[in-house]
Amino acid sequence: MNCLQVAGAGHWLRRTMAVGLILIYATGTCTAATLEKSIVAIRAVGPEGQGHPAAIAAMKEVSVGPADSLFPLLNAFDDASPLAINWLRGAVDAVADRELKSTGHLPAAKLEAFIKDTSRRAEARRLAYEWLIKVDPAAADRLIPGMIKDASPEFRRDAVQRLIKSAAAAQEEKQPEQALKLYREALAGAVDDDQVKAIVTPLREMGQTINLQKHFGFLTEWSIAGPFDNTGLKGFDMVYAPEKGIDLATTYDGKDGPVTWKKVSTADEYGVLNIAKQLSPFKGAVMYATTTFDSDKARPVEFRLGTPNAWKLWVNGKLVFARDEYHRGVQLDQYSVKTELKQGQNVILLKVCQNEQTEEWAQDYKYQIRICDSTGAAILPSPATATSQVSR
Amino acid sequence: MRFFFLVWMIGFSVGTLQAGDWRQFRGTNGSSISTETGLPIKWSPTENIAWKVKLPGRGLSSPIVVGDRIFLTCSSGFRQDRLHVVCLNTTDGSVRWDRQFTATGRTMTFPKICNATPSPASDGQRVFALFSSNDLICLDLDGNLQWYRGLTYDHPNVSNSLGMASSPVVIGDTVVAQVENDSQSLATGIDVATGLSRWTIERPKRANWTSAVTLTKETGADDNLVLLQSSAGLAAIDPITGKAAWNYDAGASTIPSAVVSEGIIYLPSQGITALQPPKGSANPEVLWKGNKLGPGTASPIAYDGRLYTVNAAGVLIAADLKTGEEKWKLRLEGPFSGTPFVADGLLYIFNEKGVGQVIKPGDTSGEVVGSNDLGEMFLCTPAVSGGAIYIRSDSTLWKIAK
Repeated sequence: MNCLQVAGAGHWLRRTMAVGLILIYATGTCTAATLEKSIVAIRAVGPEGQGHPAAIAAMKEVSVGPADSLFPLLNAFDDASPLAINWLRGAVDAVADRELKSTGHLPAAKLEAFIKDTSRRAEARRLAYEWLIKVDPAAADRLIPGMIKDASPEFRRDAVQRLIKSAAAAQEEKQPEQALKLYREALAGAVDDDQVKAIVTPLREMGQTINLQKHFGFLTEWSIAGPFDNTGLKGFDMVYAPEKGIDLATTYDGKDGPVTWKKVSTADEYGVLNIAKQLSPFKGAVMYATTTFDSDKARPVEFRLGTPNAWKLWVNGKLVFARDEYHRGVQLDQYSVKTELKQGQNVILLKVCQNEQTEEWAQDYKYQIRICDSTGAAILPSPATATSQVSR
Repeated sequence: MRFFFLVWMIGFSVGTLQAGDWRQFRGTNGSSISTETGLPIKWSPTENIAWKVKLPGRGLSSPIVVGDRIFLTCSSGFRQDRLHVVCLNTTDGSVRWDRQFTATGRTMTFPKICNATPSPASDGQRVFALFSSNDLICLDLDGNLQWYRGLTYDHPNVSNSLGMASSPVVIGDTVVAQVENDSQSLATGIDVATGLSRWTIERPKRANWTSAVTLTKETGADDNLVLLQSSAGLAAIDPITGKAAWNYDAGASTIPSAVVSEGIIYLPSQGITALQPPKGSANPEVLWKGNKLGPGTASPIAYDGRLYTVNAAGVLIAADLKTGEEKWKLRLEGPFSGTPFVADGLLYIFNEKGVGQVIKPGDTSGEVVGSNDLGEMFLCTPAVSGGAIYIRSDSTLWKIAK
């Protein structure tokens, strides 16, 4: 009998077997070496079911491990793929849930130490926290206030929410200076738009000036060329001249005659560049927009885009994503594209396509785009250069 | 050793209980017909409510029931990227477990809906939970992760900015996920035990929210096929190979799904089109078309010689199952997103305002015999099991029972 067979037992039965299972683990059926091997198998899962047979067998092993196995499993989140993280999460939940139900305890001190170790993967720290507060709800008060700029968006959100609540209470108690300080503190960590709105509204009522373009990191100044032909949706796949190289002095053969690059900018505080309003309500059209972004170092970033139109995005000549969906909705951060910026000037090229639908709701031709880190916090251009076209 | 084997066998048998199960969207065989009797006709927040429980997230997916366990999905978080698969006890609504994951696909949806829109399915041993982000999670009935697929992770343009809604369906040892939108569409048949795709086929590039149905002996057919509906029509697919046995190419709705009864397919196409599946690879035979029977969002039901549809205006239409001839109409209080069900000769339907209406269908007319307001928006299709109706709002799961 091994751990694998035991995994088929019903939940109520497994609870009664918890002690026995721990003995099995401790006496070597599921050794530390086995656990390590299992973790390697789980971390190897990939797209299209790659690595499933070994990972499924490994899950049966690790899911019946003792509470101490939580930490090798949580450590394994480091550098794991999003798929592997979910497999590991399943294992952590199985172990922690069984331990809590059978003993009423979890290794709280070790969990708290793990949460505080910011070198660990944010998802793992958050998962550890969610188990910790089941046995120690007061941990939230100890841990969350210091997490205003944590790598976990969920920790940040919790910390920001506490500050919003405190600021609102200070306002209620006629302590405007304290309220202002707390709201400003909250805004420094806020990455979710609902919280940003909840902060900016009272700050503006207090007479404060807030630049949301800068807060979110929207790219607001562009050179734009078009229209090119998208009749019958053919323009999405058509390689027009701007895709072969950008020369802002060039004149192209467009859909309705010669087209040149024009400088445009948007004053919209959410960085929306409305092609239909600023230029023309083109139908069956392709527009290209380009800008530059100066980065003080090479770094991973997310381009977050919102548009109801089809689009392609190139960064430094490399196509990073393409999407041919029209008029199925638009929202802030609708798309998130992970890529790399190089140190110095980065060239961004966006292709935005409009179809020929005639319905009133299908006339939008617009986009908003920003650069941020994995939490959604803005990455701004290097202040050492003056050529960047991001809002400052 | 013998003890462990016994334990394993008992655990297995617990997972294969069948009586009264409601294992997927519209019931185990997808007919929306329950064998339950004695369900309440009248209820209110204080009458015939066995219990109600607050859910850990949003959702409009249907609950399913396997034995004495309810399974349902929720999504939570600012980005709706926290995925929940929750197991509750039918007796008191207590949570047995709540397993959580992080979406690997896009989570944007139309605001009215959310990431937890497709309904889960079960083969009696496992639960298959699909989300709008196209994360497909397989857990055993005790909440142990069996495997995890990210269909948008695999195919990054498989997503819909309005949200995805097609529910998975189990046929034999294959779970079929149909994920179709304007940019990239596919269907895949996945081995329930390994999570590996037996096949993946390209599908029409057009947003589609319908759910697959099966053409099997359980639905009165001699075949063993899964039917994939889309704007192009209907494709009958071998669940083992993914090869098309036949196609019906005259187009079909992309919202309400087909229903199969006694081997005949009632397809939302040009109203309703009744199709006799062919023997072999020939085209299906069109038995009749009822162009005034077109359903709105709710899927049709074939029951006791009648086809029932609810149109976009909230009118229940009863038609002759053999001819498509309209027999009677009854205006209900809408609007409706969920599909009705039939139990004990009565038709139950919940509107978006929270009102559950009970209709007694007759030969020439139908009568509303119950109109029961729970005061919450219901977008889902209920589950029926063990003498109870299970329905969830965006925040609450209700058990309606005497």
